[in-house]
Amino acid sequence: MKQAARLAALVACLIPIGCATSGGPGDSAGAEAPSRAEAPTHVHEPVQPAHEPAHELSATAGPGYTVADVRFMQDMIGHHAQALTMAAMVPERETGIQLSRLAQKIDISQRDEIEMMKRWLGERSQAVPDNAHMHAMLMPGMLTPQQMAQLDAARGLEFERLFLRFMIQHHEGALVMVEELFASPGSAQDSEIFRFVTDVDADQRDEIFIMQSMLDMLDTARGSQTG
Amino acid sequence: MRDYKGRAGRGLAIAMMAMFAAAVSTASAGAQQDTVAATNDPRVGLAAGTGNSAGVAALNMRLVSYSPKPMEFDSARGLTYINSDLAFRGDIIYQGNFSGFSIWDASDVAKPVLLSTVVCATDQGDPSIYGNLLFISAESQRSRTDCGTQGVTVGEARMRGVRIFDVSDPRNPRLVRNVQTCRGSHTHTIVPHPTDQNVIYIYVGGSSSVRDPAEMAECSAGTVEENPNTAQYRVDIIRVPLRNPEQASVVGYARIFEDLPRPPGRAGVALSDTATGNRARGPSGCHDLTSYPALNLVAGSCGSFGILLDATNPERPVRLDAKSDLNFSLWHTAVFSNDGSSVVFTDEWGGGTSPRCRFTDPLRLGGNTILSIDGGRMTQHGYFKMMAAQTDTENCVSHNGGLIPVPGRDIMVQGWYQGGVNVFDFTDPARPFEIAYFDRGPVNAEDLVVGGSWGAYWYNGYIYSSELSRGLDVLEMVPSEFLSQNEIDAAKLVMMDEYNPQSQPMLEWPAAFPVVRSYLDQLVRNGGLPPARTTAIASALTAAERATGQARRQQLNGLAGELDADAGRAADAERVRAMAAAVRNLANGS
Repeated sequence: MKQAARLAALVACLIPIGCATSGGPGDSAGAEAPSRAEAPTHVHEPVQPAHEPAHELSATAGPGYTVADVRFMQDMIGHHAQALTMAAMVPERETGIQLSRLAQKIDISQRDEIEMMKRWLGERSQAVPDNAHMHAMLMPGMLTPQQMAQLDAARGLEFERLFLRFMIQHHEGALVMVEELFASPGSAQDSEIFRFVTDVDADQRDEIFIMQSMLDMLDTARGSQTG
Repeated sequence: MRDYKGRAGRGLAIAMMAMFAAAVSTASAGAQQDTVAATNDPRVGLAAGTGNSAGVAALNMRLVSYSPKPMEFDSARGLTYINSDLAFRGDIIYQGNFSGFSIWDASDVAKPVLLSTVVCATDQGDPSIYGNLLFISAESQRSRTDCGTQGVTVGEARMRGVRIFDVSDPRNPRLVRNVQTCRGSHTHTIVPHPTDQNVIYIYVGGSSSVRDPAEMAECSAGTVEENPNTAQYRVDIIRVPLRNPEQASVVGYARIFEDLPRPPGRAGVALSDTATGNRARGPSGCHDLTSYPALNLVAGSCGSFGILLDATNPERPVRLDAKSDLNFSLWHTAVFSNDGSSVVFTDEWGGGTSPRCRFTDPLRLGGNTILSIDGGRMTQHGYFKMMAAQTDTENCVSHNGGLIPVPGRDIMVQGWYQGGVNVFDFTDPARPFEIAYFDRGPVNAEDLVVGGSWGAYWYNGYIYSSELSRGLDVLEMVPSEFLSQNEIDAAKLVMMDEYNPQSQPMLEWPAAFPVVRSYLDQLVRNGGLPPARTTAIASALTAAERATGQARRQQLNGLAGELDADAGRAADAERVRAMAAAVRNLANGS
């Protein structure tokens, strides 16, 4: 039965773009199409219960990638894009030096990572969403339109505090996305996506730590001003 | 060389922060002050090409040989077949790869011979050699116990940890043990047992995801408070009985992240209520750890911290100090100065696959910083970043390297991915400067194809650079105003039987004229002695070298006595004393 499902997935995915965009929550078919003749990939069964023994893969030239991998990359583009929008609010607000440096670092990092994700998807003939990929609004940690408006309206210390709070929320969402990806059997085996998600996890975990410290300092500074 | 480099004191640091703040308020001024310089550098605008076909810019070093990747790894498919780190023993070079490793015989540096290639999926395959045992880091989800490259769906087939190969026959390496760990091994570090020569320890670097308990029963995640057995927030320690490597196993772990100061270095600030448990806890592992067994020190590069450990008892390392820096994204690796008075930490901002040396990328991000060490405490000084603007199809950031054994100076050679191989001096931790480089154009002009130097290391007279996509480069230093022939000759006198860059050996120089003349050249260069004296000393050395036996001994002892007197009035007394000691060694050896 599983063999049949796998075959069906392969057949379905000979039409490249259609596979990735069909990735709704109910999907159970793998999605991929080799972008190079010499780069054979094959499909993993996506989303199985963690403790149910999965089938063994046939021995070919390398692990492929799963629907979960593709969806992760597509969603993370939109997720990162929101961080860029947030970071872009910083320069015009004359914030403290630490926050402007942080925003600059986030801007460069996430801009590059969006390029990397687009490249990864493109090389595998998967649909490459534009930065405003709407589906990503549902992703963990994304700011609601109300939160974005609140941040956009804020100035001064209030902006700094909100920026840090919201970016921590946003980064934590990225970590949840990484956790979910790793929990999906067969996922993150492709060297590039494994490297990428491991780096996202390490980078954003540390940035959260740094932002939390900056937030504490702002609160301390405010406390000493008012008290 | 750049205004942000020196951090002479707190006042200056604050003044510079203010300057920087002023600079960023006007974007164009900020861009000028704060970006990669030198668009007129010879490294800018090199032609793209695979293999050895790209354009090359080199300063004060030259390519001795280039060896292409073995056929098994000859693929440009993403990261799956890129080369990783190097280890050295005798004439043999062990080169890691994300899908295995290669063994080269480099007894002829002009033509290294490939002895064997082992295909074994690992990611990232960092190697260490100890005797006949080769250790390989395996971290990925796809890595299998049987080395297969087809990937894993059944948990029992997965191998995340340290592989041990017997390489006594380098043409036929044999897998003798897979040591499984909960988060795999991104890197690893050999720490020898202090007394038992038949035992070594391996510190496991990495901070990847924790395996499902269904896959490995003892593995679970979470904070230490909620789960005292959590596989996060610790460094796993493997014990290897060298005579029975098949019995190697995890013997414990070190929790070295407890109560870290909050960045940027503020101690004693409690976690606020908004802190969210697990995810705001700071580093949960170290990217890698550099051991310096001769001094019982380990420098851990752990998330947003550089951490100094005392590893007198390798099973129970103790944290001495930890430093953070908002400019550093991911503390990546460390290299101690030979006397242990300073340490270079690198920042692999962007993970090595991103172009972070473009004209628009700030020099303070993605480079090195140098810290002095005094009584187990670290103080941060200057930054150093390869300064030639690279293209957006060249992945570039500070990466791995090691010391060049020049007596009296701290010099490091380092790979910057497609930023090339770079040599810099950090003798003064506040004022590092570039000495030499070797850089190729991008692998591909249109798309970012990951490549460049993973790591570059001086080993027994030559520099070996592991090229991610192209193969293996052997390079040689060429004398210049920054490095004399005597200094290069002295460096070539240091011969090692074995070298693992993450387990740093203490360098010792034999009694030899080039060692003495290295100090003399340095005193000429820095004006540490007046020209009349350095000229006289040079003549005395020439005469002593012509003499033999008793006569040479007497002349050298006489010179050493003069140098003692010189030291009293020299601008660089310490260096004159070091030269006097080298002259006495030479006299005793004559």
